[in-house]
Amino acid sequence: MNSFSHDVRSWLIAPALLCIVVLFVYPLYYGFVLTFHPMNGGGAWANYVQFFTKPRLWFTIVITLELAVPATLINVAASIPIAFLLRRNSSYQKWVTTILVVPVTLGTVLIANGMLTYFSPNGWFSQAVTGLHLYSGELRLTHNYWGVLISLIISGFPFSFLLILSYVTGIDPTLAKAASTLGATPWGQFRRIYLPLLAPGLTMTACLTFVQAFSVFPSAILLGSPAGATRVISIAAYQAAFESYDYSLASTIAILMGLVQLVLVAGLLFARRAFYNGPVTGGKG
Amino acid sequence: MTQNFNTLHLRSVTRSFTDAAGNQLKALDSLNLDIQCGEFIAFLGPSGCGKTTALNCLAGLLPLTGGNISIDGRRIDVLPPEQRGFGMVFQNYALFPHMSVVDNVGFGLKMRGVAKSEIAARVRDALALVQLAGHETKLPGQLSGGQQQRVAIARAIVIEPPLVLMDEPLSNLDTKLRIEMRAEIRRIHSQLHRATVYVTHDQDEALSMADRIVVMRAGVMQQVGTPREVYGRPANLHVARFMGFRNVYDCLVTNSQGEQAAVQAKGVSLAGMLVRAFPGARASLAIRPEDFQLCPEGSPHSFQARVESVEYGGRDSLLVLSAAMGQVYARIAGEFEPGSQVWLHVPPEKAIVYEGADA
Repeated sequence: MNSFSHDVRSWLIAPALLCIVVLFVYPLYYGFVLTFHPMNGGGAWANYVQFFTKPRLWFTIVITLELAVPATLINVAASIPIAFLLRRNSSYQKWVTTILVVPVTLGTVLIANGMLTYFSPNGWFSQAVTGLHLYSGELRLTHNYWGVLISLIISGFPFSFLLILSYVTGIDPTLAKAASTLGATPWGQFRRIYLPLLAPGLTMTACLTFVQAFSVFPSAILLGSPAGATRVISIAAYQAAFESYDYSLASTIAILMGLVQLVLVAGLLFARRAFYNGPVTGGKG
Repeated sequence: MTQNFNTLHLRSVTRSFTDAAGNQLKALDSLNLDIQCGEFIAFLGPSGCGKTTALNCLAGLLPLTGGNISIDGRRIDVLPPEQRGFGMVFQNYALFPHMSVVDNVGFGLKMRGVAKSEIAARVRDALALVQLAGHETKLPGQLSGGQQQRVAIARAIVIEPPLVLMDEPLSNLDTKLRIEMRAEIRRIHSQLHRATVYVTHDQDEALSMADRIVVMRAGVMQQVGTPREVYGRPANLHVARFMGFRNVYDCLVTNSQGEQAAVQAKGVSLAGMLVRAFPGARASLAIRPEDFQLCPEGSPHSFQARVESVEYGGRDSLLVLSAAMGQVYARIAGEFEPGSQVWLHVPPEKAIVYEGADA
């Protein structure tokens, strides 16, 4: 093949390219252009000015980050030890993996429905806690921040666990053995061998988990207080589009939502470059 | 645990495991061995013979299921690997891929809390010893197989372990490099005056490097001896086969005098050295292909054979011949034609007579 443009076969990618343009690039472009045509006039930047001057709007970024960042950290941090315990191909691994795949298949609405019953003030969980005298006050875990956070953990944890498990099992176990013969304690083996080799995988998992959590919508409405503590950015976009019928402002919110995700992911991926990014086996064969 | 020792004792060291069907299998069965300081011991055997299991038990990577290991009377088989302080070179080297050569080699010293300036000096010395100066800042992925292997050796010896364990460290290298590294490992061993346990399936490697060879088969130690003893007088037929005695014939001991024996194998009378067999007993006669010699017709202890095929091998040829006692593999210099008749003879000190018929 001497030149890309001279090869007739390259036309084979045309249908796929057309789909991407029609279904993704054009709508994105259209939405982006729409943000500069505010419904109520006031210049091209009026929507952006409105977003960043009205606390009702810009504060949704803070609310969403307050949910998405802890959810991401908890999911990744909790996955590491569990993936570690299950890194050897035991029969437990199959069972735990199967059990964890279930929430992924259920969908957020079903999880929310279950949680509403289970965690409600007179649900099993609260009654058990009160019955065991673990906590005497009123335990409120639904229709507030905690309900949404728990739902983000339930739906996000399996995803980050399965990803991290595959990263952990990819690391050659003889590396840890070698470290142990050189005097590294189990904690030292983890900190100096596993953790540096896992770092790129952990940041990648954090990126994907964060993007998922940041776009939270159904559980923020069903399990949170959509008018207050959990009025996340996607709710603001929804209200602009389908309650005020201001598509232009809704597009602006959506674009800014994507921008925040992009900035965080870019930051994480940039930090990832500081880590070692090569093969995770110790030599040939 | 980095001081030198006088003797390391392995007493009925056993490692068994349960297979999928629930049977108890002994990967290592009652191994008894004393290792002296400064000794180079090779564990030799085919794959699955338990030699790597023995090494892992020594390193502490596998717990024993029976027996004990002690150093000068102090039990060490209860210690985790990080407290035994033995240096180990792994078959795939197990270099830390995210650390430079210097950090790999210095890892053990860092774990021991050695001062930074001392680490730098000792790493420099170790890299000089394995002739790797100038590669300090490279990552393992940027080194050739031979260089990685040297880093692995440097990393294992820089902590000045009383015992260095090597698990087939040359099996990933090409022939030329393998032979160079043999001499290199031997040189490093004699410079450090520490004990080395070396696992290999290559008899040439074991013969050329070791002070003593431990021959293993199916988890059981078959023979311990100097390379000369193991090569010249394999303790049993299994060891003999592994040490290159390719021709084994059922025979009857007709007469014996001291170590020498006369045997009859399907009408052919031959002479050999006696290892646990007595006159009148059924026995097995073992001969290496390279120990056959051409001789004039009718010489004592000779037999006639027909050349079936010739495999040219440069300096000599491997002949497959048929004789009265069966098929004969012989490595002889000269030109041969399939179908021709030759007379062969074996010097009695090169043939070995083992008790019992070949299984």
